[in-house]
Amino acid sequence: MSTKDESTPRLKLSGALDLSPAPERYPVTIKERYGHFVNGAFIDGNSDGDFPTINPATGKVLSTIASATETEVHAAVKAARTAYDSVWSKMSGAERGKYLYRIARRLQERGREFAVVETMDNGKPIRETRDVDVPLAAQHFFYYAGWADKLDYTVPGGTAAPVGVAGQVIPWNFPLLMAAWKIAPALACGNTVVLKPAETTPLTAMLLAEIFQEVGLPPGVVNFVNGAGGTGAALVNSDIDKIAFTGSTNVGRIIMRSIAGTKKRATMELGGKGAHIVFADASLDQAVEGCIDGIFFNQGHVCCAGSRLLIEESVHDEFIERLQRRIEALRVGDPLDKNTDVGAINSAEQLATINRYLEIGQADGGTMWQSPCSIPSEGFFVRPTLFTNVQQSDTIVREEIFGPVLSVVSFRTPAEAVKKANDSEYGLAAGVWSEKNAKLFEVAHALNAGVIWANGYNLFDPASPFGGIRHSGFGREGGVAGLWPYIQVEVPA
Amino acid sequence: MSPPVFTPALARECRAAHVDLQAILQRVSKVQKRSIKTESKVRLLHLALSMVDLTTLEGQDTPGRVRALCTKALRPHAELANIPSTAAVCVYPNLVPVAREALGKNSPVKIAAVATGFPAGQTPIETRLEEVRRTVAMGADEIDMVIARGAYLAGEDQQVFEEIVAVKEACGAARLKVILETGELGQLDTVAAASRLAMHAGADFIKTSTGKISPAATLPVTLVMLEAIREHYLETGVRVGMKPAGGIRTAKQALHYLVLVAETLGSDWMTNEWFRFGASSLATDLLRQIVRREEGIYPSPRRFSVD
Repeated sequence: MSTKDESTPRLKLSGALDLSPAPERYPVTIKERYGHFVNGAFIDGNSDGDFPTINPATGKVLSTIASATETEVHAAVKAARTAYDSVWSKMSGAERGKYLYRIARRLQERGREFAVVETMDNGKPIRETRDVDVPLAAQHFFYYAGWADKLDYTVPGGTAAPVGVAGQVIPWNFPLLMAAWKIAPALACGNTVVLKPAETTPLTAMLLAEIFQEVGLPPGVVNFVNGAGGTGAALVNSDIDKIAFTGSTNVGRIIMRSIAGTKKRATMELGGKGAHIVFADASLDQAVEGCIDGIFFNQGHVCCAGSRLLIEESVHDEFIERLQRRIEALRVGDPLDKNTDVGAINSAEQLATINRYLEIGQADGGTMWQSPCSIPSEGFFVRPTLFTNVQQSDTIVREEIFGPVLSVVSFRTPAEAVKKANDSEYGLAAGVWSEKNAKLFEVAHALNAGVIWANGYNLFDPASPFGGIRHSGFGREGGVAGLWPYIQVEVPA
Repeated sequence: MSPPVFTPALARECRAAHVDLQAILQRVSKVQKRSIKTESKVRLLHLALSMVDLTTLEGQDTPGRVRALCTKALRPHAELANIPSTAAVCVYPNLVPVAREALGKNSPVKIAAVATGFPAGQTPIETRLEEVRRTVAMGADEIDMVIARGAYLAGEDQQVFEEIVAVKEACGAARLKVILETGELGQLDTVAAASRLAMHAGADFIKTSTGKISPAATLPVTLVMLEAIREHYLETGVRVGMKPAGGIRTAKQALHYLVLVAETLGSDWMTNEWFRFGASSLATDLLRQIVRREEGIYPSPRRFSVD
């Protein structure tokens, strides 16, 4: 009775599950214009440099954002300095912790609102903002709230003192989460903050400012200044004690140059070109899932994305087939739809960058395969893309694309896998798939990167430190290590 | 076609299955977050209803009980004209003639019977085969057999394989569903290995559970079995069906299973020829959700028959 097909067996995955639209309809209010948040109050700021923030899924303007001048940045830093001197550095850790707990709880309570706004402003799917960005941001506040009154345990024999005013500049790929990563440890240790959100995604920071008002955070402890690179430069060069930056390696270099010779401390979380190694003895279907999580999570706008897939040559073709089948089942489209797996590219500029790399990849002789899925006619979208027949020396294998583009290289032995994985200027993250524990540990220890995942990828936890080496930056965020950049050790005489 | 032959190499290949539990759980949690609304929900509820093997497997089953079940299977809810009948009724061998009489000769509702010393399978192979032959002769369209889990756990792959081959032969034209009883196999690697073995031995369907053991069907186990089916199909071109059974009580659960099938095997499996639910109370919840979509409010459970 079994049916034997005449032709080559093929699965009809694309369009197999026709689902009606399931948009998240939670009502949100987005103001027509946002200024800055300084000294506990929203201020209009000057309107000379006003710029729009756009919903990348539609291309429509969501709101107008002010651009802070140097004078405005200095006023924010001054507010932070005053709050540091008069209130926050003097407050007991336990009291600071209470504020952080309140922020975390309020963030959970307003979670759906944050998820919707983040999705509209950034373009990432609501499934991710709802299940990853917002809950993880709240967890970071919870986690560092717990540390606030235990800081001395991190410096045996000494006491932990705060550093001062921290200037923080964050990227557009995880707007709220990066704000939480930066603010939570800074506040837990007794520092005050001036943070510049990314110019394409400022909205959830403004909502977070509302939460700071709601929980009664003392004025000036956290300040937000909006703007683009110029505002960032003004912040870096202002009277701050520490700079924490997440973004591109190029901007990181500029910042490091400009603070050279000052006593400003710095942590840099920069680009990456994560290697994802799949051995033939891995559980292949699950490794496919890991590759999907590694490169299509957040449209590949992840600095630690597993954008280089290294497959053991004996299973290369088979694995690519499995991967393509899985990619065919991914849903690309309206980020607010609860069933969307891959959302919109954050900006027209980034879309152009990705498309340029697609052209380079093909011009260099790579074979491009894209999901046959349909994509919306408006907004900024790219089909999930695979490149095979590429080599270590190709541009798309070396440079960070920051999009849903996976380059596939093969290897023959574990030693070759390690050599190729480490053949990068970057060193942020890498992943290994094998069912053999000894091999997993041996390879993991040989990889040069700040984060190594074994049989998984893009898994985050507030208790686990995150950060890179080489051109991926220095310093760690998350875990105990995430406290150190915000602590000065005082040893009793 | 000559029957499949066991070789130690085949057993080794089947046993070489690797499944990563954590990754499976993560995949399943994503499937459970699919949001199925409006028209697509109605369509999938109807499809799920048409895939139900309406089941009664109790010592207290009587002809009266089975006749009631058959009536429900043919026409699940008299108020609604446009809903499908269920795929099959699933009964003990002795009640097959009753079901055949109730359903008639060319019924759209198939008769599935659990033969082979259900649920433990701990009887001599000769009596199990005789049971299968007689059950088919009494009118069963489908045979749900249990594998000898004890033998499989003891490494007697050849025995398990050859028993499936023999049962398949005894089935004649009846389709064979092979119950792995995954709750007793205990780990996903073993589930994947047993699935491979059963398919190589000629199973038309692989089925999770008897319903007598907890845990019965789960999404992780079903995903592992669906992936095994996919591999088998792509390797051999032979399509094998899937039947999760036991513990699926709500429409919402059923829809998650359908998402898993669609995203793992594609549209060819989205039919009751290749996918079934072994369940009893599920049908009523599906009906309730269908009526809820039509009328806009949740109907009282009392509007639906208890069978």
